[in-house]
Amino acid sequence: MTQNDGGRFDRVAPDATQQTDPDRPDRAAICAWWADRFGVAADVWSGHSFWEKGNGKLWVFAGDAVDPTPVEALGMRFMRVRQEHWKPSTNAVQRFGHHATRNVVRLSDAETRRFVAGESIDRPAWEGDWGYLIAATAVAGRDIPLGVGLYLHGELRSTVPKGRQRSL
Amino acid sequence: MGLVDRYAPVTDDPDAFRAACRRPLPTTVRVNGLKTTPAAATAALADAGVTTTPCTWSRSVLRLDTESAGGTLPYYLGWIHGQEEVSCLPAHILDPQPGETIVDLAAAPGGKATQLADLMDDTGTVIANDVNLGRLSALRHNSERLGVTNLVVTHQDGRHFSQKPLGSADAVDRVLVDAPCSCEGTLRKSPHIVAEWDPHGHRGLQPVQTDLLGRAVEMTRPGGVVVYATCTFAPEENEAVVDSILSSHPCSIDRITLPAGLEAAPGLQRYDTMRFDDSLRETIRIYPHQNDTGGFYVARLRVEG
Repeated sequence: MTQNDGGRFDRVAPDATQQTDPDRPDRAAICAWWADRFGVAADVWSGHSFWEKGNGKLWVFAGDAVDPTPVEALGMRFMRVRQEHWKPSTNAVQRFGHHATRNVVRLSDAETRRFVAGESIDRPAWEGDWGYLIAATAVAGRDIPLGVGLYLHGELRSTVPKGRQRSL
Repeated sequence: MGLVDRYAPVTDDPDAFRAACRRPLPTTVRVNGLKTTPAAATAALADAGVTTTPCTWSRSVLRLDTESAGGTLPYYLGWIHGQEEVSCLPAHILDPQPGETIVDLAAAPGGKATQLADLMDDTGTVIANDVNLGRLSALRHNSERLGVTNLVVTHQDGRHFSQKPLGSADAVDRVLVDAPCSCEGTLRKSPHIVAEWDPHGHRGLQPVQTDLLGRAVEMTRPGGVVVYATCTFAPEENEAVVDSILSSHPCSIDRITLPAGLEAAPGLQRYDTMRFDDSLRETIRIYPHQNDTGGFYVARLRVEG
């Protein structure tokens, strides 16, 4: 596998035909993944560019930049790729997850407190896919995405990073 | 002479100034318009047991009946950001427009930079720079929690800031210089500011502040705007810095239109043996007793061709 430079942002190619690094996913594949897994249409990111910094760490940036760009941050960490299961970031799901139409688990208030604290939730009867799901809860009358849960064997594990966890 | 004694005679109401400096600072949060609305944030905070009151001049700045909202769901969701009421003002005075390129030259920990992104509806570009790598990680954390995607974080000495790593040689539209300062205006939040006050504390800071503001004017396009702000009262770090840039750089003072409901005092014309340009009257000083906030100074400069 080719290694990506961790000190700069490299643009993600628009599609497979323009890909120079065979291990880096292209934009079309990334959008297809969001559409397939969560039902999010690609036009949500029509004003954004996608970048990779370090191995498999994808970023989403409003607008465009030069390729490569050697800065500390370019927009928001978006998802982790270059491994068998791709995983969206907590912050990306909080920002874009409201567009999702499937694989969204709705949590009660008590479950929300557990999830935000980084704890697992029993969910034996789940009809959707296994793997990374969007956890959401009702706030002020609307479904609001909280972050990413890993669903395996009847249990939803919170993947909220330590620094983002809260005791509500 | 102590900190409060030095500045009380400069204010319109020395007794009120002294009394306000002794009171604790109200806790305020800024509502993040990229993720929610003031009404929804207010309702969600009420659900979390926190009562809020909008500040007098902005619906997006809420005063809380508690010391912290960090353990609430709206905080976790990035709907609110802990930011002192008066520190929400410089971004409004810079008045960034959607699609513009803005630089925040000393941006960490990012309250104002993320507010600029909010005011631009996450379009255009906010270049958030800071020289302190440790504080940049706090900026990145805040920016991501608040859902900002138009922010570029750079790690440079702002006095020599270059857009070269960004591949651009173009002058930018607006620059915010929220300068490192002696922080006298934070005395209500940090009592050690009074206890440890050094009457000559401004001496090491003034050269850095002047260089930062000079660089900001240099990198801004003709007709563009630079806002210089500090959270300190010292004229040496405020009017004196701006006055020196007016005489060395192609720029002039722009009149500040204050939001309705906010009180401010004019910039000083003189202090001790110092004399300042008449136009410095159009810069603003905010004292704690005027709006029950911390202290702040803001100047708005227009860059000339």
